[in-house]
Amino acid sequence: MIKIQGLFKSFGDLEVLKGISYEVKEKEIICVIGPSGSGKSTFLRCINLLEDITAGEVFIDDVKVNDANTNINEIRREVGMVFQQFNLFPHMRALANVAHAPKRIRKMPAAEAKKLAYQLLEKVGLSDKADAYPEQLSGGQQQRVAIARALAMQPKIMLFDEPTSALDPEMVKEVLEVIKQLAYEGMTMVVVTHEMGFAREMGDRILFMDEGLLVEDGTPEQLFKNPQNERTKAFLSQVL
Amino acid sequence: MDFLQNIRFDMIWSYKELFIRGVGITLALTLAGYLGGIILGLFFGLGKMSKKKWIYYPCKYYVDFFRGTPLLVQILLIHLAVIPTIFGHSLGYFASGALALVLNNGAYNAEIVRAGIQSIEKGQMEAARSLGMPFTEAMRSIILPQAFRRMIPPLGNELIALLKDSSLVTVIAANDLLYAGKVVAGAYARFWEPYITVAILYLMLTLVFTKIITYVENRFSNSYVPSPRKRPFTSGSRS
Repeated sequence: MIKIQGLFKSFGDLEVLKGISYEVKEKEIICVIGPSGSGKSTFLRCINLLEDITAGEVFIDDVKVNDANTNINEIRREVGMVFQQFNLFPHMRALANVAHAPKRIRKMPAAEAKKLAYQLLEKVGLSDKADAYPEQLSGGQQQRVAIARALAMQPKIMLFDEPTSALDPEMVKEVLEVIKQLAYEGMTMVVVTHEMGFAREMGDRILFMDEGLLVEDGTPEQLFKNPQNERTKAFLSQVL
Repeated sequence: MDFLQNIRFDMIWSYKELFIRGVGITLALTLAGYLGGIILGLFFGLGKMSKKKWIYYPCKYYVDFFRGTPLLVQILLIHLAVIPTIFGHSLGYFASGALALVLNNGAYNAEIVRAGIQSIEKGQMEAARSLGMPFTEAMRSIILPQAFRRMIPPLGNELIALLKDSSLVTVIAANDLLYAGKVVAGAYARFWEPYITVAILYLMLTLVFTKIITYVENRFSNSYVPSPRKRPFTSGSRS
């Protein structure tokens, strides 16, 4: 479903990704772990081209993402993204945050978009906050609205960029529960996370990245219980 | 205190229509310059953020020129050189004056627009684009509505500055407020009464504008949440 081949990314002289290849299959849940600065987030952001790709190829459903002839907007409509800092639109109420994109981009009639948005807010447990502005919501609530917003485009793939890292500890769970719910429904997901418990429980595959390289990948069982690479071992011994 | 006893405001009164007309012209020039300036500012401010050189450089040169030369010079240049060259004759002081104010104000507003847009967190554009919104749609419905709020205070300052700067059109014989004062001064060879009247009228206008700006600033202050309506007889609880 997502195919990444020889992905390189540099910011000026700084090489952040140094040749990554990986393939994500349909309905797989991929958790990406690794130390800060290892390039996890950049890797994720290259998938929907929020970062220009320096070299290499990314395919989504066999369509090359980093191709001048590809309409990137159409690709992005199939790939939802959730950010560490939520990035809700502060000038819109929760309902409008969710309904805006289907209305404007999918040209969905306003009433229908509103209904969809309401259903999605219900799904993330926030139907009572439909009229609230983001500033009136807690971090956990904002992140759940952000998930609903991404789902409103009915994407085939969801990308999560450290979705719980900016949250107070007591709010991490409510967000992870929503993500788990999606996983059970069979959404294809790539999750960059520091939540090892979540990765271990939910991940089909765990990718360990360090210094711009995909150092090791395997099932949670293999990677957490029996890591092969020294760097993986060192990292896990620090975080577990 | 001789001079206080010699003050003769009756001469102003006999010219009151000239002053009223002057206030009208000054207001009309200010509002025309302001509205046109906001539209131009939006246009050139966005242009100055373009990565395309053929868009960026014309916008940059426009802003540099109109911020880097005196408004007085611009007014004379437009009225006596640019417009007669293009149209073959003058289009009157109002057209020239308004055009100069629009172009000048637009240059300042371009910087306000650019700064306002760039002050919006990068994540907002990223979130919009990640949903598949084209750049223009993201700009229009996500970035600009937020940026406009941040532009309100500097745009308010521009309005006050523009009102006062509009007095410069008096050099092309526009019948604005300052011109009314000059006429009276010329007719009587007295300066205190006409110019203090002009000053007071400008002050009254700026005070009114300041009130309006303060209201708008408060209305669109930090929070997007509308302030609760005051209903004295219900113990309204807000969740």
